[in-house]
Amino acid sequence: MTVTQEEVFDKVRDVLVDALGADEEEIVSDAKLVSDLGAESIDFLDIVFRLEKAFGIKIEQGEMIPDNVLQDSQYIQDGKVTDTGMTELRARLPHADLDEFDASRDVEEFSDIFTVNTVVKFVQSKLGDQ
Amino acid sequence: MRWIWIDRILELEHARRCVAIKNVSLAEEMVHDHFPAAGNRPATPVMPNTLIIEGMAQTAGILVGHANDFREKVILAKISRATFHDVARPGFCLRFEALIDRIDSNGASTSGSVTLLDPADDKQSKLADIELLFSHIDKNMSGLAFPEHNFVFGQQFKDVLRQSGFDSP
Repeated sequence: MTVTQEEVFDKVRDVLVDALGADEEEIVSDAKLVSDLGAESIDFLDIVFRLEKAFGIKIEQGEMIPDNVLQDSQYIQDGKVTDTGMTELRARLPHADLDEFDASRDVEEFSDIFTVNTVVKFVQSKLGDQ
Repeated sequence: MRWIWIDRILELEHARRCVAIKNVSLAEEMVHDHFPAAGNRPATPVMPNTLIIEGMAQTAGILVGHANDFREKVILAKISRATFHDVARPGFCLRFEALIDRIDSNGASTSGSVTLLDPADDKQSKLADIELLFSHIDKNMSGLAFPEHNFVFGQQFKDVLRQSGFDSP
């Protein structure tokens, strides 16, 4: 059975409401998880666990959010992601829109790539793989 | 005062379930000012809900620690949800039941219920539903140094396990 984008969005919205204590109206497609919805690092673990439960999928560590790229010195120089780092991020995050981030490459702004839509696209790609 | 909010572990199923109990006593300091008499209102000793959450965190924390043979330092990272249906008065017994929903190398999520047991008539009623998130701090705090030894599961938890008849780390 194919799950529509709307159905995925509705479930993702419920997950984010529960995990972040956000209001339903705040969960719009381009809302940024950290700067708009107040997510902290531990919330991402919560979100991953809840997505697994809601969609019956298995998400490996670092799959939705790569956990070792920004700590790797070959990918980061002077607080900016290098060309090699961007290539790695694009390979690891096919569900994210990295074009805006590519303009600044500032590590401090990395969390902004995680929007509600990023999560929806990630779940859709996982459901498509099943 | 010992910071331990469960008296005894009744059941411990590896990586699945833990059941613990706590007797609420009028001798405990925590009920003395919660709530004191005020005006015409008499004193109303009730165990604070925050400490009931702590009791669940200890029950579930032992379950999560036991799942990895107490090698990980398990800390409470988030109270995902806590809903209370009643209050816990002295003379009642609390039964904490914690279940692991999900566990991996980063941490674990648990769900659980607290049941109020009345020794007067053996009646049981739902006191609270509590969902928690635990973090394995050595995996999630890169750059921060923590002591080598497992300071989370200190002697008090070992004692509770041992006195309850389970192997302690």
